[in-house]
Amino acid sequence: MKKFLNDPAHAVTDYLVGLAAAHPTIVKFDAAHRIIVRAADPRTGKVGLIAGGGSGCEPLHTGFVGHGMLDAACPGEIFTSPVPKQIVAATRAADQGSGVLHVIKNFSGEVMNFGMATELLAFEGIAIDSVLIDDDVSIPDMPGTAGRRGLGATVLVEKIAGAAAERGDDLASVTCIARRVNARTRTFGVGLSSCTPPLRGKPIYDLPDDEIEIGIGISGEPGRERVAMRNVQEIARTMIAEVLADLRPTPGAALLVMVNGMGATPLSELYVLYGECDQALRSAGLNPVRSLVGNYVTSLDQAGAALTILELDDEMTVLWDAPVRTSSITWGALA
Amino acid sequence: MNGRVDTAQLAAWMCECSRLIDVHIDTLNDLDATGGDADHGSNLERGFTAATASGFSEKMTSPRELLKHVGSTIVDIVGGSSGAVYGTFFLRMALASGELKWVDGATFAQMLRAGGQGIIDRGGAQVGDKTLYDSLAPAIAALDNALVAGETLASALQMAAEAAEAGRDSTVALAARKGRASYLGDRTIGYADAGATSMALVLRAAATTLI
Repeated sequence: MKKFLNDPAHAVTDYLVGLAAAHPTIVKFDAAHRIIVRAADPRTGKVGLIAGGGSGCEPLHTGFVGHGMLDAACPGEIFTSPVPKQIVAATRAADQGSGVLHVIKNFSGEVMNFGMATELLAFEGIAIDSVLIDDDVSIPDMPGTAGRRGLGATVLVEKIAGAAAERGDDLASVTCIARRVNARTRTFGVGLSSCTPPLRGKPIYDLPDDEIEIGIGISGEPGRERVAMRNVQEIARTMIAEVLADLRPTPGAALLVMVNGMGATPLSELYVLYGECDQALRSAGLNPVRSLVGNYVTSLDQAGAALTILELDDEMTVLWDAPVRTSSITWGALA
Repeated sequence: MNGRVDTAQLAAWMCECSRLIDVHIDTLNDLDATGGDADHGSNLERGFTAATASGFSEKMTSPRELLKHVGSTIVDIVGGSSGAVYGTFFLRMALASGELKWVDGATFAQMLRAGGQGIIDRGGAQVGDKTLYDSLAPAIAALDNALVAGETLASALQMAAEAAEAGRDSTVALAARKGRASYLGDRTIGYADAGATSMALVLRAAATTLI
């Protein structure tokens, strides 16, 4: 293992210290509670948004704390959800008197720890609502299972619901648009390699040069299936077929198309993949009008990518375009 | 009633859990690599080590206090589904011990059942989902049955540990339906569940300490 690390057991804390040092006008690291919060308090009365999850998926969620997105993020250990204490502290930090939305990815550990935190917070009189992100089409949506994972839709929900909160929407409205975005988003991921968690020191599994994992998540676990490597056109076609079969967009629909890198794939390759996807979607009579290409929801040093598609409506588009100032997503002029 | 379990014995149980998980940490991590992210052993080790830090039981005067300490430390330290599920398991055991200074076999069996119910409440697992509950459920039943049949607590716990190990082995043939491993479906067949394996260690530790 060759990595930039001090003690692997302190990998998460060390990265949080560095993040706050690099972006002092955007975020602060609250070391006592192990959460990342905004450097400046938002205006009083804004609905708060928090999220949390295993570390190793950066910039999710810590990189999305700031104006127009999250108020606080709770990073767990690598690929391990945060603990209730962190979630309680982040909720308190985010509450400006108008309630807090919990953005929860549908992973068992995350759901359980947010559930325990919500039970504890019930004693404090903070209004809390939640959105459960479950956009992963690689998993059959069946009763009696853990259900679908929350993947790329998380970024879109945090951006769009964050903008709704920033413009002054109340908790019910912010929750509503968050759920609408999740309901109209689907994701499918492909892994070209495994990844190496710092404490493990070696890859989670071996993947031969001529094979890929399809239907991957964001915690380094194997995918739904291992198949032979194929060219980028075929990979794009598989991703699009999986996503569209489940999303069933209206013909001619305006789409937000995200090609997300898993951490170790060069941006140039992501653009190759985006180009293939864009062309194929247009040929299918759809209309990609917004895009996001880069490493936004990663699995440490895994190579690979995920395609996320959101069928936009006018309100979502306005909120997507609204100004945002985080360490990883920044655009538009702040008022 | 046969046997009694006091706070000191419960403390010894927790220390033995910590030791066994430490011994089997690589096995637990590798089993987790088949369906998860290869850290089940490391995560539990972090929790049990913190919960059993030197002198942890010195001021504990009741099973409730001791098990509450272990459960809340695991919740606070471990994270993930393991932290929530194991934490809830020990917290519910603590609650079920009431205010007793020591518990008899029948009460311990009730506590174990309450812990199992906590796992169901928290994660919704049922037997056959390929989770730690596949080890715990047969152990709960075996403990009850043995005590009703008049076995001593020591031999009843021995039977419970064996039932847990059989339950662990039964998960090899199963496809996961809960937790991260469920995303792999049939690809998890052929390996024991990491959580069922750690729970079997917890019950083995009980059989060697609560006698």
